[in-house]
This record gives sequence, structure tokens and C-alpha cells, in this order.
Amino acid sequence: MEGNSKDLLNLIQSNFPLESRPFLKIAKQLNISEKQVIDIIKELKSNGYIKRLGGIFDSRKLGYYSTLCAIKVPLDRIDEVAKIINCYNGVTHNYIRNHSYNMWFTVIAPSVEEVKKFLNHIKIKTDIEDIIELPMVNLFKINVIFNVKE
Amino acid sequence: MLSSLDISIIRKIQEDLPLVPEPYKAIAEELGITEKEVINKIQGFCKSGIIRRFGTTLNHRNVGFKANSMVVWKVPEARIKDVSKIMILFSQVSHCYQRPTFQGWPYNVFTMVHAETKQECEKIVKEIESAVNVNEYEMLYSTAELKKVSMKYFIEE
Repeated sequence: MEGNSKDLLNLIQSNFPLESRPFLKIAKQLNISEKQVIDIIKELKSNGYIKRLGGIFDSRKLGYYSTLCAIKVPLDRIDEVAKIINCYNGVTHNYIRNHSYNMWFTVIAPSVEEVKKFLNHIKIKTDIEDIIELPMVNLFKINVIFNVKE
Repeated sequence: MLSSLDISIIRKIQEDLPLVPEPYKAIAEELGITEKEVINKIQGFCKSGIIRRFGTTLNHRNVGFKANSMVVWKVPEARIKDVSKIMILFSQVSHCYQRPTFQGWPYNVFTMVHAETKQECEKIVKEIESAVNVNEYEMLYSTAELKKVSMKYFIEE
């Protein structure tokens, strides 16, 4: 990644300017033009460095319930089970991890009952009983700002 | 309580900010309100914590952090507060949460550790281990990503 792109990425991961011409403000900080800032962001998006530019919300403060779940899936049934789980809109992340609880997914839903209903649906559809639900009890840190070096 | 205007602004900014010189004006025009109202609302959401962060989300794998481990720790209940205070000081720890335990799942503290290589990740975890003096833990690496999307709130299904 080029120098300007790196500096830009390190600048706009949080506190994106809330003023009429936010890209112009960033441009001044980087000593480039407003158009260059917009073009670099477009490029970083098209090549997959930037996923999105916008607000990252606290789902609980919006009245939603969010949780982390893990399920033990036989290796030959990964695709089938993933399909059942992933088709639910509130499933935002799903990973295979090296553990006997091998499929880990997050669920965000309007209520805790919705989540229970969904997990029950998974149990019935997959015939797998071994699901644990691990909602956050205490939040000690959340900081997803990366110092981009290369 | 969120008003219907709040919700329509949230629906906009959970998507991509328009890449035009005056993005808030573009949103305002679509909603039939003023640019100032949009900016004030977003500022309010940031202040109240409804918005955790306003900016870009990155594909961390693409920006050089290729080794990402979910490290799960079995911490004696009475030590959780103190242990977490030390864990969060590590810059490579992006998330640190307490979660419940179950039979067959004894780990109550979760940390996400990011590094450029697996070796580096292991080295960091060793450092955390000796700093907090907890040696029952497991490192869970993701071996496949089956879904990763950002949540869309207030969408009628």
C-alpha cells in the first residue's frame, strides 16, 4: 500500500469528520486534494481493504440482543449446517475454529426470545444438541482500530 | 427511545457514506431534512454510545493482520477483574469479554489477539499468560470464514 493510503486508513477508522466537507478536512491533514482523498477511498474499497465507511453501532443500545454461539458440527456436515445458520440475517459472523466446538457464529436479534427460537430451530433442523450460547457478561475492551504499517 | 427520524438516519449510516464532497447533505436530501440535522443526530449517537465508532471498517486480513486468534481463558472468578485489567493493556488485544461457562466449556474470559504471523501471536499470548499468571487457556484460530457481514438494523423482513 502506498504512503498516502496508509496514512489515510490510519486517520479514518474512527472520528470521521462530522462537518460539511469531511473529505476536504482529511485532505488538508494529509496535504492532498479532496478529490484525491475520495479517489483513494474508492480504490481501497474496490480492492477490499475497506469494507465500509459509516457508523458502527452498539447493538444493545439499539435495543437488540447480541450473542456468540458455538456448535459441534461433524466435519462432513459443515456446509449443510452453515447453510442453515447463515441464512438468518442476524448471523453476522461465522467461522470454523480448531476446537471440538468447531463452528462459531454471532447472532444479533430484536430480542433474546428471537435468539432462543433461532437456536431451537437450528437444533431441530440439524439434529445437533451441542450448542452453547455465550452472551457477553462484561465488556472490558473493544478496539478494532488497526495501525496499518505495510 | 429512538424516533422514526433517528431510525431513518441509522438505516442510512449503517450503509456506506456517499463518496461525494458533501456526504451528509446527500443523506439529508434523501430524507428531506437539513444537513445540519443529519450531522447533529450523528454527533448525538456518538455521544450516547449508540454509535461505537464512526469511520471505516477494514478487512484486517487484507491490511497485514493475518494471524487472528480467539484466546479463551479459564480465570478464577475472583481474579477476573484484575486479570482483565492487565489483558486490555496489550495493544494486540482488540476485544476482551467475560462470557458464561457451561459443562464442557470452562473458559470465562475471551480475548481476540491480532498479529502478522502465528508465531508472533503465540509469543504475545505467552506474554499475556505470564503477565496475568493464568495458564489454562486455548487458542482458537479461524480456519475458514463462512460468513462476515455488517448488521443491518431496523430492516423489515
